[in-house]
Amino acid sequence: MITHTHPTLPEFDYIRPETLAEASEFLALHPNEARPFLGGTDIFVRMRDGFLEPKFLVDVKNLDGTNDLRFDPQAGLTLGAAVNMNRVIVSPEVRVNYPLLVEACRSVASYQLRTRATIVGNICNASPAGDTIGACLVLDGVLHIHGISGPRQEPLATFFLGPGKTTLKPGDIVTAVSFPLPPRGCAGTYLKLGRNKLSDLSIVGITVLGSPDPGLLSGYRFRIVLASVAPVPLIAIEAEAHLAERAVTSESLRQAARLAGEASVPIDDVRGSARYRKLMVRNLTEMALIEVWKKMLE
Amino acid sequence: MAFHVINLTVNGGLEQVRVPSNMTLMRMLRESLALTGTKNGCSAGECGACTVLLNGEPVNSCMVLAIECDGAEVITIEGLAGDRQLSPIQEAMIHAGGVQCGFCTPGVLITSRALLDRNPDPSEEEISEALVGNLCRCTGYIRIIDSIKEAARLQAVKS
Repeated sequence: MITHTHPTLPEFDYIRPETLAEASEFLALHPNEARPFLGGTDIFVRMRDGFLEPKFLVDVKNLDGTNDLRFDPQAGLTLGAAVNMNRVIVSPEVRVNYPLLVEACRSVASYQLRTRATIVGNICNASPAGDTIGACLVLDGVLHIHGISGPRQEPLATFFLGPGKTTLKPGDIVTAVSFPLPPRGCAGTYLKLGRNKLSDLSIVGITVLGSPDPGLLSGYRFRIVLASVAPVPLIAIEAEAHLAERAVTSESLRQAARLAGEASVPIDDVRGSARYRKLMVRNLTEMALIEVWKKMLE
Repeated sequence: MAFHVINLTVNGGLEQVRVPSNMTLMRMLRESLALTGTKNGCSAGECGACTVLLNGEPVNSCMVLAIECDGAEVITIEGLAGDRQLSPIQEAMIHAGGVQCGFCTPGVLITSRALLDRNPDPSEEEISEALVGNLCRCTGYIRIIDSIKEAARLQAVKS
């Protein structure tokens, strides 16, 4: 086998539609041949490696509203699909109200790559390792989708079906992701284990968001999402339920972390073994829960 | 495959280039405009050797399509120096010994320039974080970091 160390991109035609309707129509007409793209940071790599060979790449940046980053003190935050991660990181409104999104974006690759990488692209790529997906899930992200029959909204929680697989149908374009105001008094963290300290893909990624919730026995609600340890970004439901039903103590946090480890179904790959990942889910979830618990008490 | 004619500004000069859909900005710079200072390292957005400024922000030019740059402003390593005058970061890189084999240097210089543009007085930690996307296999980064610190000092004195 000949390995081309610097493969060029395979041939395709670049399509720049003028409107969302035009883009949806084109994508629906070429369901297996056309793909929408934003920053291209995932798709170009996969095309060069020969995993994807689309006949058309449809540039959905610069379409209606996709460049907007809007914050409304009542309604929350809307990030247009083309808003790159560096814009999210420097936005004063995101920094104050959604620091977890900033933390997640900062963990992605390098500054140069984040000039192109987008949160919506990270979501649509549907990699179990997607660094920003956990934050979007615990913050109750809602996707704004334009399809052939017009716009609709879909909660992120039911969006992922498998590695690279989502509920999107041909013709669908995610135009934005929006978030309600975060729960009052919440605190969050994203603990990412990579092969090096910065910039790597995650071996395991743990997102935790905690918030006071008088409706629960414990008085606190914890949201936990695990990256890179299941076919989809995994919501650790058993661990969340465990913490909802009893007083928060170091023992209950430890037990919840154990449940998160048990819920994970990782695979062996170049970044780490399944066994190592499962153990690290347990350890890092406990660290993340303790960190969030301390932040909430501050 | 379709070809497109694009107009853009490269290092201050207007260029009109005919590009196929699958041509990256990096290939266009190197092969159509003969600006071979921009290097092709990994072609995967990892190594940063191809870093250029696109509308003032650093990007991996191997991860940007040329056609996407219609109407854009691009600065490459060739555009960093003024007329017969090296930029402070270039001077500092020579003085502090931040160059060994030199392959990563164009990308490092562009990244450093972008860092100093947005943060004229970066801490060592901020410099390290900014350089995450630029791999250097020779220097161990220490002298590159020293160079950027020196460039920040030089810039502060000049302004």
